Amino acid sequence: MSSPSRAYGELAPALPLALVFVGAFVLPLIALVAISFYRTPEFLDLSPVQYLRFLSDPFSLRVLADTVMLGLEVALCALVLAYPLALVYVASGAVVRMILTFLILLPLLTSTVVRTFAWIVILGRDGIVNATMLSLGLWDSPARLLYSWGGLVLALTQIQLPLMALPLINSLLRLDGNLAKAAEGLGAGRFRVFFTVILPLTLPGAIAGGLLVFAAAATAFITQTLVGGGRIILMPSYIYQQSMGVQDWPFAAALSLIFTVAVVGIVAAIGALSRLMTRGQHAT
Amino acid sequence: MQRDLGDRVYGGLVGALAAASTLLLLAPTLVVLIISLTSGMTLKFPPPGWSARWYIELFHSPEILAPALISLKVALCTTLLSAVLGSAAALGIFNSRSRLARLLDALFMSPMVLPAMAFSLSLLLVFNVIGLRLSFWTLVLGHTIVCVPFVIRMVGAAVQQLDPVLVTCSLSLGASRWYTFRRITLPLIRRGITAGSLVAFLSSFDNVPVSLFLADARTEVLPIKLWAILEGSLDVRVAAVSGVIVVLTLIGLVCAEALGGLSRSFGKTSS
Repeated sequence: MSSPSRAYGELAPALPLALVFVGAFVLPLIALVAISFYRTPEFLDLSPVQYLRFLSDPFSLRVLADTVMLGLEVALCALVLAYPLALVYVASGAVVRMILTFLILLPLLTSTVVRTFAWIVILGRDGIVNATMLSLGLWDSPARLLYSWGGLVLALTQIQLPLMALPLINSLLRLDGNLAKAAEGLGAGRFRVFFTVILPLTLPGAIAGGLLVFAAAATAFITQTLVGGGRIILMPSYIYQQSMGVQDWPFAAALSLIFTVAVVGIVAAIGALSRLMTRGQHAT
Repeated sequence: MQRDLGDRVYGGLVGALAAASTLLLLAPTLVVLIISLTSGMTLKFPPPGWSARWYIELFHSPEILAPALISLKVALCTTLLSAVLGSAAALGIFNSRSRLARLLDALFMSPMVLPAMAFSLSLLLVFNVIGLRLSFWTLVLGHTIVCVPFVIRMVGAAVQQLDPVLVTCSLSLGASRWYTFRRITLPLIRRGITAGSLVAFLSSFDNVPVSLFLADARTEVLPIKLWAILEGSLDVRVAAVSGVIVVLTLIGLVCAEALGGLSRSFGKTSS
């Protein structure tokens, strides 16, 4: 295209940030890998012992499995709630669209601690759900909603719902409305139109949103610790406890690398799968 | 006949679920605002009475005000650094078609993909190894790495829409590079910079994973302090702090929408 020196000259403004990234991002991550291969917290003896320790410890494996499950469950719940929301958005006029945009962006921009705090108020012993159910006479005694798995899934679903709704709305806006109309004109019911036309064509947006929600829910330290409570241990709090608590740096380093590989690996795998599927669709 | 029934069920189901998610999106914000005005000593809902006592209480709580001030300072410095470094980087990357530019783009975006806890732990370990003590500026450095991608995304979108002919014209008419940048490029990407900076500010102010590892007793930030308070007890003052944050976010959102359409920039970058 152009001479190499000119091509790099254009990149000169990116140089300062590139240097910052090499020093404060790339090198530390390399150091993290190195540290995870030490045998003891005093950085003695190189060996893969930390990884073997993780793989042979049922507790650690369950923490990782629970964390992945949490991310998947929240992504699925968010998907079920976000599709109708996005469908209504696309079918609405300008004013309703603006109101919905505002409603979606507001929680996204409000602090995580604040959103989590709201769920403590809603799910707590004297919270809204318990107060309503008791006053309606549906429950005899307050249920334990806070510090429960279901409560955690519900709270995270709400907190991460915007991440799902935005890409989905984008996908639906780009969908040719005539396709759905044609299917309906040919006699398909609306359920059938949704499952055979709308869903397959907006699947890339749904998967993009789902992956964002998955990664965000799996790494949501604040919500996990405050809504999940001390008895539900997930990877973020496990890493925090092993590093800042026990100060077992090599094990914490190994944990955080295993967690990173798991999250990034699942995101990449599902992303690749969805691209493969949509390519197959175009081919047929 | 059967089709009609199915269609009505579909309409009802979509409507009901959409209503549920709208309620779900709105409820927590309302709940926080309502509970922050309670006159009671607990988070009991509905509040036994109304008062502004917890907001007044905040003024006598230096243990909350000090972290709030530090959070503001960290977020301001982070935003400034991210805006300058990120905008420059976006201009460089999106004006170049070389493979190195794509590589740099991927590198600068990777903090959005990697769990931030791993990155912050790695930075803490490196500071420990080279004997650098944690400080305000090490915290800002960590925040900048995770906040700068937002600026690059939004400025990048603006740079890609910029017609390169405008710059070529200005230069060929004898304007200097600096003059062209100031009078042509900068005004055309200003919205991207504003939107990116706003998001960078909010995400720094809200950041937990980096502060969890890189903040110490002298640089305790608001989200970590609130988390620590809530881990110990369900303090109603947190409701008042939350109320203040919600109202400030609302004001910021309205201003951003009025200035340049934040929702539009969001729509573009999230696709």
